[in-house]
Amino acid sequence: MSVIDLVPYEEALASYDPVMGLEVHVELGTKTKMFCGCATVPGAEPNSQVCPTCLGLPGSLPVVNAIGVESAIRIGLALNCEIAEWCRFARKNYFYPDMPKNFQTSQYDEPIAFNGYLDVELEDGEVFRVEIERAHMEEDTGKSTHVGGATGRIHGAEYSLLDYNRAGIPLIEIVTKPIVGAGDRAPEVARAYVAELRELIRALGVSEARMDMGQMRCDVNLSLMPKGADKFGTRSETKNVNSLRSVERAARFEIQRHAAVLNEGGKIVQETRHFHEDNGTTTSGRIKEEAEDYRYFPEPDLVPVAPAREWVEQLRGELPELPRLRRQRLQSEWGISAVEMQSALNAGAIDLILATIDAGAPADQARKWWLGELARRANEDGVELAELPITPAQVARVSALVAEGKLTDKLARQVIEGVLAGEGEPDEVVAKRGLAVVSDDSALGDAIDAALAAQPDVADKIRSGKFAAAGALVGAVMKATRGQADAARVKELIFEKLGVTPE
Amino acid sequence: MPGITREEVAHLARLSRLELKSEELDHFAEQLNDIVDAVARVSEIAAEDVPPTSHPLPLTNVMRADEVRPSLSPDEVLAAAPAAEEQRFRVPQILGED
Amino acid sequence: MADLIRCTAAETAAAIASGEVSAVEVAQAHLDRINAVDEKVHAFLHVDTDGALAAARSVDARRAAGEELGPLAGVPLALKDVFTTKGVPTTAGSKMLEGWRPPYDATLTRRLKEAGVVILGKTNMDEFAMGSSTENSAYGPTGNPWDLSRIPGGSGGGSAAALAAYEAPLAIGTDTGGSIRQPGAVTGTVGVKPTYGSVSRYGLIAFSSSLDQGGPCARTVLDAALLHEAIAGHDPMDSTSIDAPVPAVVAAARQADVKGMRVGVVKEFGGEGYQAGVMQRFHESVELLRSLGAEIVEISCPSFTYALPAYYLIAPSECSSNLARFDAMRYGLRVGDNGARSAEEVTALTREAGFGPEVKRRIMLGTYALSSGYYDAYYGSAQKVRTLITRDFDRAFGDVDVLISPTTPTTAFPIGERADDPMAMYLADLCTIPSNLAGNAAMSVPCGLAPEDNLPVGLQIIAPALADDRLYRVGAAVEAALNDKWGHPLLEEAPAL
Ligand SMILES: [Zn+2]
Repeated sequence: MSVIDLVPYEEALASYDPVMGLEVHVELGTKTKMFCGCATVPGAEPNSQVCPTCLGLPGSLPVVNAIGVESAIRIGLALNCEIAEWCRFARKNYFYPDMPKNFQTSQYDEPIAFNGYLDVELEDGEVFRVEIERAHMEEDTGKSTHVGGATGRIHGAEYSLLDYNRAGIPLIEIVTKPIVGAGDRAPEVARAYVAELRELIRALGVSEARMDMGQMRCDVNLSLMPKGADKFGTRSETKNVNSLRSVERAARFEIQRHAAVLNEGGKIVQETRHFHEDNGTTTSGRIKEEAEDYRYFPEPDLVPVAPAREWVEQLRGELPELPRLRRQRLQSEWGISAVEMQSALNAGAIDLILATIDAGAPADQARKWWLGELARRANEDGVELAELPITPAQVARVSALVAEGKLTDKLARQVIEGVLAGEGEPDEVVAKRGLAVVSDDSALGDAIDAALAAQPDVADKIRSGKFAAAGALVGAVMKATRGQADAARVKELIFEKLGVTPE
Repeated sequence: MPGITREEVAHLARLSRLELKSEELDHFAEQLNDIVDAVARVSEIAAEDVPPTSHPLPLTNVMRADEVRPSLSPDEVLAAAPAAEEQRFRVPQILGED
Repeated sequence: MADLIRCTAAETAAAIASGEVSAVEVAQAHLDRINAVDEKVHAFLHVDTDGALAAARSVDARRAAGEELGPLAGVPLALKDVFTTKGVPTTAGSKMLEGWRPPYDATLTRRLKEAGVVILGKTNMDEFAMGSSTENSAYGPTGNPWDLSRIPGGSGGGSAAALAAYEAPLAIGTDTGGSIRQPGAVTGTVGVKPTYGSVSRYGLIAFSSSLDQGGPCARTVLDAALLHEAIAGHDPMDSTSIDAPVPAVVAAARQADVKGMRVGVVKEFGGEGYQAGVMQRFHESVELLRSLGAEIVEISCPSFTYALPAYYLIAPSECSSNLARFDAMRYGLRVGDNGARSAEEVTALTREAGFGPEVKRRIMLGTYALSSGYYDAYYGSAQKVRTLITRDFDRAFGDVDVLISPTTPTTAFPIGERADDPMAMYLADLCTIPSNLAGNAAMSVPCGLAPEDNLPVGLQIIAPALADDRLYRVGAAVEAALNDKWGHPLLEEAPAL
């Protein structure tokens, strides 16, 4: 790997315009594979969801999954695409051990959906339209594990182990037209596009689109052209960029790298590159001796798909509210800013917040917990918000306990910690950890008396009108009650005892 | 039509994953040339306005319901494997994208 | 009961159903015959003695229990080794699959078992069904029972030879460019390529998916019809399977009447390259049909002369992709894995060692035809020719009920004669290929011996898609008239083995 001196980002953008193409693969959440009846349960034992067809045994044949086609059409419609009146599957021929037939059943020049767009919203509320070239149906490959070698990676491995459970799972590949005119916001647009697409896929209910589980994978194609030029430069193709943050970083890195190569009078090689999560760089893939020639031809084992117009219109009529419009509605209902809404989206929190509201929590409380304490925890643990072992109902219960005065915010955080640690329902955690607010005034009375006796000078200050000095006494009481008192109530009792009325 | 050279046969063999021997390259070059010469005739009548037929049947929309059918058992899946380990197919090192 | 191995399938089934003979006796008689002659003929790659006897016992048990038996229950059959049989070796004539025991039955295999047909074993074939002589089998050639030094046709030479050698009364073949009809013609047996999509391809090891079609082989037209009805019909496991009733082929075979039918003689099939004796027997067949009350019309199908080149682009293209799965990773042969070589190298070494020259030739030809830069000129043009051929057929069938031609330009040629001359070999399928490209139905029925070599000649009958019954009407009429004329079936003139 050669070391390159990257051009500073702003400098790169001063001389060049970036052009991006994004290819996103979405694994559908169908019960069965695209061309056979094998189950698609994640985490099944190796090679237990495999039949003659998805193992590519001699003589086996494919039959199309109707829900796979329906999902593709729904995605196409949601992306404002035209839906083909007649289209075919095609074979993409190349050898690779994780692909049982050594061709991928895909679509070539006749995709089921084409010519669409997706409007995406940037952090500041600016809307950018990403044009969609096509969305087509294809199948996933098996999974290889590389054994031996230093890193467990493919390079240097002694041999590989193959599990074909994933082979044949339906994929929809969504390809943008070249994204031009984003300028220095290109990486941000890339991220926002993938985020919006993810929301859309989830809203359609066709996939959970979990990037961390490979249910949604992104390739970032990027080229630069000198400002003012109208001809695209040579592009690099960065494969399998598998988080929103990585999409943005990969685009940013490639802009800087391309600029560095071009500035030195070098040429960009059209090649596959790999993104490294650890340091945010990309490196060159294997240089192939010869250009790939996939020898596409119509799949003779399948017949054409010709979706009836009535069916397409019925599916169009059944589309759910699209995520961006839904966010606009929620934003105004919740009375928050575009930036706040965007951060809720980025955190993957919107549905969780809505579910928490449905479970009885006020909107501001639901937002506060998910975007505050819980977002922090998810970030620390490196998991998605939805993966935290706490349910919206549990968050709503914590919120209710606070509203009832049974928990302070500080105690509530400890309850949430308990729930996350698997200690049970919020009420159980409160009981087990003894976290209920000490609201018995007589119990507090002793602690307050002790505090007043220990700090007579502070008591005098309060009597003389310096009410702010009460903080020191409240602190002492809270300490004595191990934080389980309601600080506001303690303050009231102190003033009561000293016979003063603040304000 | 241009003839098929020895180099072209070597290229086709690489694409088709056939480790041909040197003498096979010559032999196949000659035979493929003859065959391609003969079959190139198809372009004589393949006029612009003739639509292609990729399949003899006029069927469309043959699909199945998204219902699970039994898979093979892992033992059956792996029964013919040249090598297996940990219930997976064991294959030589893959020179892949890295 | 007379000689069990010489009975027709219909007679055998009736004898078993009436209890005159047991299915086990019938199976054993055929297994004995195979033991006696197959060393010379080499029709079988694998004889499943235990499986056959078990199936026969089951038929006998069902009969004893008073169950109603199907029209072919207990009848032995030779299955082309291109259909998967669960637990029974399936090689497609290739070293690549030596020893492979599939974990599943082809739909056709399952239907045969359900019909009580006794599968004797798997028959020899050109490797992956690519060839017209069975010489391309990795396991050695099959001899033609009429003259063991000659080819039995191909790719299904084993199935045809098994019939002609009385090793089985029924057999299954597959026809991609003539692989059922041409072996039928050169062995003096009946072979039918049903309408594309009428017999399931699930479990048929693919050569060329848009052309491959399984079908019946038999010694009589009626037997072929009985087998046709047993194997045809919709299969949800094959997307290209036709969801329509199977034409009443058995009734048509029994009808055996051509009065008032319009029969077209394809003008383009004849002349240079056609053996004189073949043309002589063909012309006699035309006159025979006329005498039986058919109206004879000459039909021109000009694009048929482009069928052979179109076929040798389409079939290799599809095969180059279909055979890519043989990569030494999941099943079959693996060569050269020394722990140091990559998967890519092991795949290439295995394919080099595991495929024979004809398979390699076609894989490379297909790879070439599909390559960018050549696709339009080759594969694309071939698909247009396919359209033109279909149009010629449509026009012809607007005028006539069936078309006829010789099945093959020549009788069986000597083993080795065309072995390394692919272009000469390909000519054997000149007359049969158009039906594969158009997907319609066609049959070869014996029509005599060529005077110059005393070897069988086949008459090809072609019917529109889904009108397979017409083949059986015409074929049975020709068969009956010729048997009358000769006083016995043609096959009885074959020398004893
Ligand atoms: Zn499967």
